[in-house]
Amino acid sequence: MNRFAALLDRLAYEPGRNAKIRLMADYFRATPDPERGLALAALTGALSFANAKPGLIRALIMERTDPVLFAMSYDYVGDLSETVALMWPAPPAAGRPDRAPLLSEIVGALADLPKRDLPTQLAAWLDGLDDTGRWALLKLITGSLRVGASARLAKTAVAALGDLPPDAVELVWPGLAPPYLDLFAWVEGRAGRPETDDPAPFRPVMLAHAVEPGDFGTLDPADFAAEWKWDGIRIQAVAGRAADGDRVVRLYSRTGEDMSAAFPDLCEALDFDGALDGELLVRREGRVQSFNLLQQRLNRKAVTPRLLKEFPAHMRAYDLLVEDGEDLRELPYAARRDRLATLVMRLASPRLDLSPEVPFANWTTLAAARADPAAAGAGVDSEAVEGLMLKRRDSLYLPGRPKGPWWKWKRDPHTVDAVLMYAQRGHGKRSSFYSDYTFGVWTAGAEGEVLVPVGKAYFGFTDAELKEIDRFVRANTVNRFGPVREVLHTPDQGLVLEVAFEGLARSTRHRSGVAMRFPRIARLRWDKPPREADRLEQLEALLREG
Amino acid sequence: MRPEDLLRPSPRGLYCPVGDFYIDPTRAVPRALITHAHSDHARPGHGEVLATRETLDLMALRMGPSHAGATQAIGYGESLDIGGVRVTAHPAGHVLGSAQFALTWHGCSIVASGDYKDAYDPTCTPFVPVRCDVFISEATFGLPVFRHPLAADETAKLLNSLQVFPERAHLVGAYSLGKAQRVMALLRAAGYDAPIYVHGALAAISAYYAERGIALGEIRPAADAPKAAFAGAVVIAPPAAITDLWSRRFPDPVTAFASGWMRVRARARQRGVELPLVISDHADWDGLIAATRATGCTELWVTHGAEDALVHWAGAAGLGARPLHMVGYGDEDAEAPPEPASEAPAVPPEDAA
Repeated sequence: MNRFAALLDRLAYEPGRNAKIRLMADYFRATPDPERGLALAALTGALSFANAKPGLIRALIMERTDPVLFAMSYDYVGDLSETVALMWPAPPAAGRPDRAPLLSEIVGALADLPKRDLPTQLAAWLDGLDDTGRWALLKLITGSLRVGASARLAKTAVAALGDLPPDAVELVWPGLAPPYLDLFAWVEGRAGRPETDDPAPFRPVMLAHAVEPGDFGTLDPADFAAEWKWDGIRIQAVAGRAADGDRVVRLYSRTGEDMSAAFPDLCEALDFDGALDGELLVRREGRVQSFNLLQQRLNRKAVTPRLLKEFPAHMRAYDLLVEDGEDLRELPYAARRDRLATLVMRLASPRLDLSPEVPFANWTTLAAARADPAAAGAGVDSEAVEGLMLKRRDSLYLPGRPKGPWWKWKRDPHTVDAVLMYAQRGHGKRSSFYSDYTFGVWTAGAEGEVLVPVGKAYFGFTDAELKEIDRFVRANTVNRFGPVREVLHTPDQGLVLEVAFEGLARSTRHRSGVAMRFPRIARLRWDKPPREADRLEQLEALLREG
Repeated sequence: MRPEDLLRPSPRGLYCPVGDFYIDPTRAVPRALITHAHSDHARPGHGEVLATRETLDLMALRMGPSHAGATQAIGYGESLDIGGVRVTAHPAGHVLGSAQFALTWHGCSIVASGDYKDAYDPTCTPFVPVRCDVFISEATFGLPVFRHPLAADETAKLLNSLQVFPERAHLVGAYSLGKAQRVMALLRAAGYDAPIYVHGALAAISAYYAERGIALGEIRPAADAPKAAFAGAVVIAPPAAITDLWSRRFPDPVTAFASGWMRVRARARQRGVELPLVISDHADWDGLIAATRATGCTELWVTHGAEDALVHWAGAAGLGARPLHMVGYGDEDAEAPPEPASEAPAVPPEDAA
């Protein structure tokens, strides 16, 4: 457990993706079964044991320390698990366990530990662990562990053990269970590929590159089909029949996270056998709703009948990967599309439809469709269009992001001229740069015009622009709050940033009442005095349109 | 008589009215006893300064040879009479040359310990507890959450990271006087024998340590080295430099920080540290308590840091205890970094920590 805790600790501090993979791969290489498999389960969220409430932890520490000193310490550290982990007193040598508990011992014991025995058992474990081990155990057992790496990254690290492509583990994952002995045996070359008997496994998705204006000269319109790019969530719907005859339907995110539990309404409506690729949307009264409404269905603990009724889930399909056991990914797009159209028509489900193709003769007519989707066939759904997808008619369905077969051509973003207000240092390679920017627009305050923060952006600029902004921040700091600097922002002095964003939502969490989607720095407007930056009213008008 | 007749807090620092001198005064005074050369304790402009040879040398190195009107060296275990007060210097184990001063007068003894630690440190003489009636202690890490792990284990973390990321420079933030040299010595003790690269602010002090017979191995200035040399190398710099302009010369560095504060995650995250190393030159909670107990004192005065918790403990342990609420002292790692206004100078000002 101490070693796993040290890994969790290090992951929490490490900002780099590749470095995280290295740290995890290094741990998996050095740790025996079944410890590493249970660690993998904890990292991927397949293992959770939220057995203890904070009250129990508090009671344990109160028995062992001075309450005044505990209160002062808790006040200083600000986190219960961490405070307890750090101030847990070392037991007398006689009562000390001779070694730290293993993760497998903890997982095994918790499976059938009577509740009344938990405090004593937990205290014994805490006695045996170091401070990082105690921290990780307390975080795990109170269900408040935030792993500094995604499930996908952990699987990629396992693949890296055997020099396998990142998707290799993802492909076999659905059939596996902790402690993943067969998985590690396979990646280390000691056994064959684990056979999945999962009737509804995830397949790695195919992604598109953004098309640049210069690319069109090299592309022949006759080679491509176009569809609308929908502003929803990419999903893969997979359905099949288990060995015992039960029907299994699953919805996966594009990274393979199982989202089925949040969308029972959609799962129920998908009566087929195969794997569909498409967009998850909310559709009401024959009309696709905005992304903001779709968000109401995400990250909910419980799916209530009201939620199901108010925000009905819908799938707009654009590809068919498997049908009745036949893998179609080796077929060209055009052939898959024909099969898909036939399937969608046969299913005739009100919750499933086909993403229509956008007819075009040349790039000029397609550009016109992109500029005005409503007039080009998107009709009432045009507000949910965020651009176009171009797919080569002969493209096979390839996992990852191959360059050439698929392109995305997004609509031009909204832009706003905002004033830089605060800058924060970045992480990792950017730790010496002020690279996270909070910007604001003008609004009428009690004492005249004031800037109100409307968003935060930390990309979009070039390396050269980053250096320029960094220099500006350092030379124009008016206040410091830890890693954050407030920079000069008066009507006449300051830096105006042209911020591009995809959409706007009302927000009660932001003082301005609006939240931006996907904001990034489009241009530095050194030429523009702050007084000429945009106003909050302009953003609010955009909200009303949407 | 009361202990306050011998030594009392004043706006300029601890003052001894009998001998008419201050200990670690925060402003210029006619006569000062200096416990160690960190800038919050050793300031320029005093008339006469009494300190250990090493502290005087380090003060001259950092502030110039004319930092005081006159200086006098005192060795560990040596005593002097100042206006009827017997003053004895004892090792404090904080940094090279650090001393505690024991004052005795009319049967009353007070020990002003300055900053101290009771943990292993190959770069300075170990802390010795001194019997006294009143013990004056700092409390920088005066909360029970601060229990510093073994410095050797933290060094092992750094060495392990060098193994996992052999192509990345490991940039270690460490205060330029004391901590930096301790990290070097710890690395050498762990068998690390590659050259260690240093920021300009550390060079002279490290050379002085070596001169005093503290083996630090091969130290090279980072400014002169080609970029390729930093792959898998340890680079030590003042804390402010590791996440600032100076660090940009290193491709994809791992930023580490050696400080007692690294024990608390929020503090480490706030500083953008990727590899926190809990290595402290101050006593931890257990150390403060053990040191206080070992003096046999009946009264504890707490100068700065988390006074309340230590005073609470002392009260519960049956000691008279009072916080002195002394201002002007900090721990060296937490000082606000002065920042160079222009682009990456090779050597930021001294004390850029």
